[in-house]
Amino acid sequence: MASVPHITVVGGGSTGTGIARDLAMRGLDVTLVEKGNLTHGTTGRMHGLLHSGGRYAVSDQKSARECVEENFVLRDIASHCVEETGGLFVKRPEDTEAYFEEKLQGCRDCDIPVEVLTGAEAREVEPHLASDVDKAISVPDAAIDPFRLCVSNALDAERHGARVETHAEVTDVLVEGGEVVGVEIRHDSGPGKRVHGSPGSTERIETDHVVNATGAWAGRIGALAGVDVEVRPSKGVMTVMNTRQVDTVVNRCRPKGDADIIVPHETACILGTTDEEVRDPEEYPEEQWEVDLLIDELSKLVPLLGEARTIRSFWGVRPLYEPPEVGSTDPTDITRDFFLLDHDERDDLPGMTSIVGGKLTTYRMMAESIADHVCDRFGVAATCRTADEPLPGSEDHAVLDDAMQRFGLRSPVARRSSQRLGSRTESVLSRCDPNPVLCPCEAVSRAEVRDAVDQAGTDLNAVRLRTRASMGNCQGGFCAHRIASELHPTYDEPTVDDALAELVEERWKGERHALWGQQLSQAALKYTLQATTMNRDADPAAAEGDVDWDAFDAGDRPVADGGRGGVHRDDTDGGNGGD
Amino acid sequence: MDAAAYTATTPTEGTVAIEDDVLVVGGGLAGVTAALAAAREGARVRLVSHKESTLRQASGVVDALGVVDGDLVTNPFEAVERLPESHPYRTVGTDALRAGLDLFDSVADYEGSHTDANALVPTHGGTVKPTARYPVSVAPGLASDARSTLLVGFETLPDFDAPQAAAHLDRAGVPFEVRGVTLPFPGDLRADAAITRYADLLDEATTVDGGRVDARTALVERVKPHCSGAERVGFPALLGFEEREAVRAELSDRLGVDVFEVPMGPPSLLGMRLAERLYAALDDAGVGVETGNPVVDVTSDGERVREVTVERTHTRVPYAAEQYVLATGGLVGKGIVSNREAVRERVFDCHVPHPADRYDWSAAGAYGDHAFARFGVRIDAEGRPQDADGDPEYENLRAAGSVVGGADVAAEKSASGVSLATGYVAGRRAGEEVT
Repeated sequence: MASVPHITVVGGGSTGTGIARDLAMRGLDVTLVEKGNLTHGTTGRMHGLLHSGGRYAVSDQKSARECVEENFVLRDIASHCVEETGGLFVKRPEDTEAYFEEKLQGCRDCDIPVEVLTGAEAREVEPHLASDVDKAISVPDAAIDPFRLCVSNALDAERHGARVETHAEVTDVLVEGGEVVGVEIRHDSGPGKRVHGSPGSTERIETDHVVNATGAWAGRIGALAGVDVEVRPSKGVMTVMNTRQVDTVVNRCRPKGDADIIVPHETACILGTTDEEVRDPEEYPEEQWEVDLLIDELSKLVPLLGEARTIRSFWGVRPLYEPPEVGSTDPTDITRDFFLLDHDERDDLPGMTSIVGGKLTTYRMMAESIADHVCDRFGVAATCRTADEPLPGSEDHAVLDDAMQRFGLRSPVARRSSQRLGSRTESVLSRCDPNPVLCPCEAVSRAEVRDAVDQAGTDLNAVRLRTRASMGNCQGGFCAHRIASELHPTYDEPTVDDALAELVEERWKGERHALWGQQLSQAALKYTLQATTMNRDADPAAAEGDVDWDAFDAGDRPVADGGRGGVHRDDTDGGNGGD
Repeated sequence: MDAAAYTATTPTEGTVAIEDDVLVVGGGLAGVTAALAAAREGARVRLVSHKESTLRQASGVVDALGVVDGDLVTNPFEAVERLPESHPYRTVGTDALRAGLDLFDSVADYEGSHTDANALVPTHGGTVKPTARYPVSVAPGLASDARSTLLVGFETLPDFDAPQAAAHLDRAGVPFEVRGVTLPFPGDLRADAAITRYADLLDEATTVDGGRVDARTALVERVKPHCSGAERVGFPALLGFEEREAVRAELSDRLGVDVFEVPMGPPSLLGMRLAERLYAALDDAGVGVETGNPVVDVTSDGERVREVTVERTHTRVPYAAEQYVLATGGLVGKGIVSNREAVRERVFDCHVPHPADRYDWSAAGAYGDHAFARFGVRIDAEGRPQDADGDPEYENLRAAGSVVGGADVAAEKSASGVSLATGYVAGRRAGEEVT
């Protein structure tokens, strides 16, 4: 072993990036590998709720206490990722009084600050709540941007010397002499930033310890090492609405059930969710009834949702875990707590630890516990500082206002940029003059896209997650090509074209689940713009054969002397003589 | 107006209906074509449209049929027979397409009528689009013209990346040398100024650069150093509005090369110019035009439409006519609407065939074979929408344009042609009935 232990963290979600940051801050040599983008798995497919703990205050008080504790930590260290919306647990007439009281008491038991509101008071907070909502409990729920959170963690890990490799799938866990000694990875397009069309390569990473932070995929990594990790992936659907029908997180106050939460997010609202165990975290049905259920059920809390416009739906898989001896049959009964599986102790396989279960709100605490475990193992005395040191971007709010002035951005663009970029606002926006808005729906300007391209290469989905560009109403209809053009000429034209095609397909995938009403019209418009004027669907550059250019109209232009110089058709056919 | 007038809606009872021979509902290319065709039969025609014409959003090139089964089509008239029988071109016939194009040619200052062959027009994404008619300002840029080309983009205009577009054209194998350059546009335009602001600066030859020169001169000065070797120069379509002939002529003259425009996405200056031109033609033909008010109700006796109700700011006004043309657009224009359960035609509730399961409305790939792209009413050879049994919904109702289904006009590059062909048939037949 080298003097500084080398740790390989597998998984680029909130837990993996959190662990990488923690270990790197404690001075360890860290490599993080992720098979897709950062947030590729569950982190990028959740409703973005920063739990107050209220949700678990009756059923799972340990999780509830951890949530409320971490909720307040993240408001400090990741202020640019958190919107302090507050939350409500609302009771409808058919929901029981007894459960309402139980919830209230549970919150108090777990030190979650609460306040009881009458129905009228709740409607003062959220005017669109149903008129028959009886009363509500207010809690400190908030909205969190999981993309920015993950990227900030990864960025800070890199600042502390870590190597972060995305699009690098673990193809083998190397076991020698009964011990894990490394991993073999396959780079999708070579190491470093992803560039479309670059050839792939494999790499063997020798390491002192592997941390399996792949969540719902933990069983797969376990299997590569020859151990069982019994995760119970459970799918849930989320539906994105086009506006913020509510500005507060709205939960339904009843024991458990599907379709009981609305989370306001940036310019949108996200409805959640369902809870169905699936066998495979990647291959599972995405079903219409799930989307319909969300709208039908949540309209009972906010009737406006019944007629509102949805822009897309997406599914995520929870990385649930319970010790096999518990044997819950209903995934909603499985604890949301996290588990550290020490494979040395558990399976006589030293060199690897898995972390499973848990939730985004407690990612930092999970990372701390596994970093403690790893440090303990290697006799590293450094202590955890992740709860005290702010993440990049959240350090100083004062710089935001200055930047707004300085860059003369009109208010919504400036406000949105500074929310996303936090204390990096000035340095990012100053790089680009002029700085037109590329994505009008989400108010993302060229400078922000270029900054994201610097981090993510030609991976426009990674650019999208960093900036929110193409995530609004039009779903890329007006902006996908503009975003792609920012890659040129750093990257050559065929690469840019591939990157654009990939972004378009990714956007389409989730949009298909929202195809009715206005969003179907919007989708038809996008299809029309991209297929009709831009002819992206029948592009001769992408076609196999050559175009017979001479067979097409070359214009009704008399041959000019020397082929140049304002020769126009003498057309008197009702025209104005040529414009 | 007092406060009550803002909230009250006046009932239609007792109101005398506005009467015409032919009432066209919808103001896009199909509605305009139908109105002109009916007026040419001698009918008294009125056109009502809810929103500003969608022509303003369209690229301004007029396609007829550019792609069948993924292959570029050289001659649209010959390719019609390769379309499925349910296609509106098969229903109304290629003669209707020719007649529609003739009508268009007689009112618009476009080129392309000298040949049946499609032209390949470079558009803002860098691909070429097959099209039957194109604005005069686009003509010198055709991809089958072998003259070497410089494309000019502007830093503040992210919809057109000229170097990337040039590289893309080169990869497509165009028969000419092509380069692209990105320059700052003269004047102090905001980074996200509307396209019309660019046109205004050139129209008015506004003084720029601290009062030193006018905008046209400044543009020439910036472009000229990049022109060497180029026989033509393409700009995004923003070269003036009112003064577009003068602007382009002056640029051509001073740069010493042909200057052309590259069609752009919405809002599109070429589309706005075309809309202006066509609405002037409606005016010349004596067609009454009312914009900004939706048709909200229909009265019929089961066989014939008796009148429709137009909602003007909180008053409901009946409009009666002998003949009606429905040209409200498809999903994009909101003539066809949907909810989670079903798809329907908004004004007359005509039959719109569609799969029962909404997951069958679209295909898995972004450019897959989408059922939604074909949503719309089905018409007979006279242009009348058919009910589920194949009978006319109403004797005196015809449909035209994107509200007519059965064709994926985006994939086929046939949206304008379908509007012209069906608009011509609907307008002409309606006109014949009343004269």
